[in-house]
Amino acid sequence: MKARYSIFSLARNALSYHENWQQAWHSPEPKKSYDAVIVGGGGHGLVTAYYLAKEHGMRNIAVIERGWLGGGNTGRNTTIVRSNYMWDQSAALYEHALKLWENMTRELNFNVMFSQRSVLNLAHTQNEVRITKRRIHSNRLNGIDSTWLDPEDVKREVPIIDLRGGGRYPVLGGSIQRRAGTARHDAVAWGYARACSEMGVDIIQQCAVEGFDIEGGQVTGVRTSKGQIKTNKVGLVVAGHCGVLANMAGFKLPVNSRPLQALVSEPVKPIIHNVVMAGAVHAYISQSDKGELVIGAGTDAYNGYSQWGSNPVTEDTLAAICELYPLFRRMRMLRQWGGVVDTCPDASPIIGLSPVKGIYLNCGWGTGGFKATPGSGHIFADTVANNRPHPIAAPFALDRFRTGFLIDEHAAAGVAH
Amino acid sequence: MLLIPCPYCGARTENEFAYGGEAHKVRPEHPEEVSDEAWADYLFLQKNTNGTYYERWVHAHGCRRWFNLVRDTLTNQVHGAYKIEEEPPKVDETTYV
Repeated sequence: MKARYSIFSLARNALSYHENWQQAWHSPEPKKSYDAVIVGGGGHGLVTAYYLAKEHGMRNIAVIERGWLGGGNTGRNTTIVRSNYMWDQSAALYEHALKLWENMTRELNFNVMFSQRSVLNLAHTQNEVRITKRRIHSNRLNGIDSTWLDPEDVKREVPIIDLRGGGRYPVLGGSIQRRAGTARHDAVAWGYARACSEMGVDIIQQCAVEGFDIEGGQVTGVRTSKGQIKTNKVGLVVAGHCGVLANMAGFKLPVNSRPLQALVSEPVKPIIHNVVMAGAVHAYISQSDKGELVIGAGTDAYNGYSQWGSNPVTEDTLAAICELYPLFRRMRMLRQWGGVVDTCPDASPIIGLSPVKGIYLNCGWGTGGFKATPGSGHIFADTVANNRPHPIAAPFALDRFRTGFLIDEHAAAGVAH
Repeated sequence: MLLIPCPYCGARTENEFAYGGEAHKVRPEHPEEVSDEAWADYLFLQKNTNGTYYERWVHAHGCRRWFNLVRDTLTNQVHGAYKIEEEPPKVDETTYV
């Protein structure tokens, strides 16, 4: 039984110079067989394992991860959480997640620093004004808080913004979701890993998938760099490489993988207190608790698996940031990096069954998977355990690309796919 | 920044170009006759290779002509460009896992 984290455990461990904290999760070697194997030790994969163990009584399961926990896109995103998506199917999915975010810290006894500081989506063109207002109406019909802001309201929320956008990017208004905000991304992975480990889930890092054993259209095992693992259920919950894994299993996905970039600046005193997104110019900004500006840029225009991204993309984003927030012109950037995102043609994820029996898909989250982490894992665990899509997951089936029932969220996704 | 060797104009920087995705995908001769699966395959499914990839580009801010490029999607090394009607150059293909 793990010791609970509290102010008292903090004080107690301070007496021994914080050298005796219990390990948060075990790192066992893989067993010969499991009831289910989740591929991908990021947020979505760990939450899946968490709910498989907690709600579906599956304790003999493993999460295998090629690198380290949360080292993929869980640790590379700009930590934005919101649910103001347009279509009913997406609203159900992202709002389900947002409700789980609101209680995550308490449920995990792990501070994920969820901060509902509000997210603004700026509108820079008449078209964007129209689609934003339409989306606000759609959000409100689905019970999601969303409000229109005129330019002067935007200025009240973000005093440092130049509404003229330097003449290049005038702000014509925007929407605000007040329940939206940010969370500490690493803590999400660590918190769920700790909770999983406590329930007996094996978390195996440095364990790359090398192939699948498939007999008569049914998966029977996973070949990994740490040996063969027998299992009848495999959940593919990877970002950036779902196409590579699908190829190993013998099918193709409607996915293009591309680097998406982010940057952080040197830390400064509190200057911007909400998350401000400008989809038209691909410039997102918020300020971390350390004081760094966290800036989200766009995806590369072409496919790629490099985790850095292309220079023109960085330049475009920073140009827009400098026009919208002239006082940031002299800020220095500390780090820039990329994460490989699997983008679908309709900017919505793929959740559900795959062409191979026993292989389940939770992938293709494109540029916006982090916000959905708890909801995605919750409905996916239900899908894996019961071998049928959870009602919220059903519309996101791979089959929608055959039937044509696409869920086009390009406007709400913000980043162009 | 990629330096892309347009077969018509020579090497130019990547922001002169627009991307056209996987190359050598053949549009079904009679779309109205193919099954939904085959159409979805043509329309949406991608090889999306991690490694040597054959892809279409257009020199949007240049000669505005389409051509094909062989590029490594992990290292971004450009192996060469060729005109649409030409055979791809021989390269040592790599796929990363």
